[in-house]
Amino acid sequence: MPEVTVLVPSLLRPLVGGSAELRLAAESGATVAQLLDAIGGEFPVFNRRVRDETGALRRYVNIYLNGDDVRRLEGLKTPVAAGQELMIIQSVAGG
Amino acid sequence: MTRSEAPSSSEQTTLLAVGTKKGLWLGTSTDRAAFTFTGPHFLMHEIPSIGIDTRDGRTRILVGLRSEHWGPTVAHSDDLGATWQEPEHGAITFPPDTETALERVWQIQPDSAERPGVVWAGCEPISVWKSVDGGEHFELNRGLWNHPHRTEWGAGFGGAAAHTVLPSASDPTTIHVAMSTGGVYRSTDSGESWTARNRGIGADFMPEETPEFGQCVHKIARDPNNPDTLYAQNHGGVYRSDDNGDTWNSIAQGLPTDFGFTILAHPSRSGTAWVVPIKADIERIPPQGQLAVHRTDDAGASWQRFSAGLVEPDYNVVLRDAAAVDTLEPAGVYFGTRGGSVYASADEGEHFAEVLAHLPDVLCVRAAAVEL
Repeated sequence: MPEVTVLVPSLLRPLVGGSAELRLAAESGATVAQLLDAIGGEFPVFNRRVRDETGALRRYVNIYLNGDDVRRLEGLKTPVAAGQELMIIQSVAGG
Repeated sequence: MTRSEAPSSSEQTTLLAVGTKKGLWLGTSTDRAAFTFTGPHFLMHEIPSIGIDTRDGRTRILVGLRSEHWGPTVAHSDDLGATWQEPEHGAITFPPDTETALERVWQIQPDSAERPGVVWAGCEPISVWKSVDGGEHFELNRGLWNHPHRTEWGAGFGGAAAHTVLPSASDPTTIHVAMSTGGVYRSTDSGESWTARNRGIGADFMPEETPEFGQCVHKIARDPNNPDTLYAQNHGGVYRSDDNGDTWNSIAQGLPTDFGFTILAHPSRSGTAWVVPIKADIERIPPQGQLAVHRTDDAGASWQRFSAGLVEPDYNVVLRDAAAVDTLEPAGVYFGTRGGSVYASADEGEHFAEVLAHLPDVLCVRAAAVEL
């Protein structure tokens, strides 16, 4: 089965069993949101760290699809193809 | 003045919980002078709310956390912070039909001993929540959420929040809430409906002198024996109500200023309350840069100033939840500053000792006698 790789930031790895990356089956037409839903089904706390309860990506969390910020693509509706890599990373915030 | 039963301070362990902008510190002491601290717990998380629940034969520490990156959540510990639990799907999450996301948990308030398991929360955006399982899951109070005033409530500098929830120990149907900005609201039907209760409270940032609502009431506290008596520290003004919040009268005479954030009521003796005055809205420092606690023992008719043990000068303020009393006799008084100092008094505020220093901004302080 073709896969998508999701890179998990170090601070969130304890919430996904310690993994630095997750490999998900890439179903045709799957979006970033649907991939996050799939991860959230198994790791709900991880999901709440990345998205709020309305499903929106948290303001200071960025997701890059093969190096492109998904906010500059179609946001969480951006389709993800097999072989692509999603990187989740915290943005600049705090004092 | 009447007095309710309070345990003696001898041979009691006191838990002191300090929430800061970058983590939580937990201290224990048998004399309320020397504390042994652990922390920081939740490093780099803001801790704006803490509840210490000593009912049900255990000590549960509930904390509202917020990460700039990862958002807000609630965690609890039943072993004084050695381990923490967080409900997988979140203790406080807005129902889908509200299309709203939680921003910050400002208040975690266990209800009375007669209602074990009941815990209240006040949140941003302005909302009140009730748990019946010790704070593991909360339900949104729809009465306040659907209040017709909602569209006119505003945001103070810290955000639009219900920052104070005061259940009445003697009457399970009565709850008071304070919000910034909006003022005081009261329910007398267990939270089904809410009515603004701000008559007499000023709002010098609004055109009307005492509007029905819209005040920036910073904190309210309830007398331990007379549930109809409440104290309020307003954004300009210190008040007392003797009629369950229907009307408020100034008790600021005798204080150096009427601005401040926190107000505390004695845990067992009527008529005693504490404030920490700040010079003015436009000059937010202790008067003359000298931090002091002021106490009334006659329900606000007169005030005494106490500063023994407080470092001078100090140009930092004490925020609305960064002060607390414990449940012992005599009462302990605790507070923290935005400069990261935490002070403890075992004699009702007359003498303080600095028990922590140089922390991040102190946002929340709570204390309670606990069984180890």
